[in-house]
Amino acid sequence: MTIREIAGILDAKWLCCEEEADREVRYAFASDMMSDVLAHVGEDTMILTGLINSQSVRTAEMLDVPCLIFVRGKIPHKDAIQRAEMIGLPTLLTGCSMFESCGRLYAAGMGAFKLEEYNGEGGNDDD
Amino acid sequence: MMTIKETFPVTAGDMTCAGDVSARIKRQMKQVGVPAAVMRRVSVGTYEAEINLVIHSLGGQIDYEMTEEKITIRVVDNGPGIPDLKKAMTEGWSTASNEVRNMGFGAGMGLPNMKRNADEFQIESTVGVGTDITMVFNI
Repeated sequence: MTIREIAGILDAKWLCCEEEADREVRYAFASDMMSDVLAHVGEDTMILTGLINSQSVRTAEMLDVPCLIFVRGKIPHKDAIQRAEMIGLPTLLTGCSMFESCGRLYAAGMGAFKLEEYNGEGGNDDD
Repeated sequence: MMTIKETFPVTAGDMTCAGDVSARIKRQMKQVGVPAAVMRRVSVGTYEAEINLVIHSLGGQIDYEMTEEKITIRVVDNGPGIPDLKKAMTEGWSTASNEVRNMGFGAGMGLPNMKRNADEFQIESTVGVGTDITMVFNI
């Protein structure tokens, strides 16, 4: 799915880098916690978030994500948009809630990045 | 043999600059053509460490060393030290404040995520002295 198609599905507005609209995105991950994004996001995975400070853009930068979408119509901080422009990160804003954004994308065929299998216990990395 | 070495100081408490060091290291890796998958692992590990320095430490530094075979990131702070390392290495365990959580961090994934991304991970911590983390990433 291209970012242009994603923008249409979410009735989203471009905040920067619209020239990258034909870039392909295979998966999506949605969270307001950047700790979780850093722990789980893999290749070709875009991020949906309601976290509007610059740490969302910095997290996206570290992971080389193809696209960042701010949900719930929350306008990101100015320094976040400036940084996204500077690093060439396609960034969009949708008025949809997180739930509706994910629902619309899932129904349109967007994939979920597969997390490591959940074993029914709290995470522990003691091995 | 090519070796690149650099040391970056990290200031405690300054969330607006948190990520600057990781971004600089990432740019250097990109310039010399480090493979994307390695670059991503180094970037995630370094960024997690940098965020930890900003939110938990009294300040510290990140040393970066790259050879043709591996990238080594050493993170040393000036305290306060971690009282229970086993707990701190458990996913989901965090002492972060609400303010930090509002910035999108403090889910208790930082140290485990550093360990997961690195090929070698070592951590030593002494309360009242500081924490010393070494991550090695094979290229």
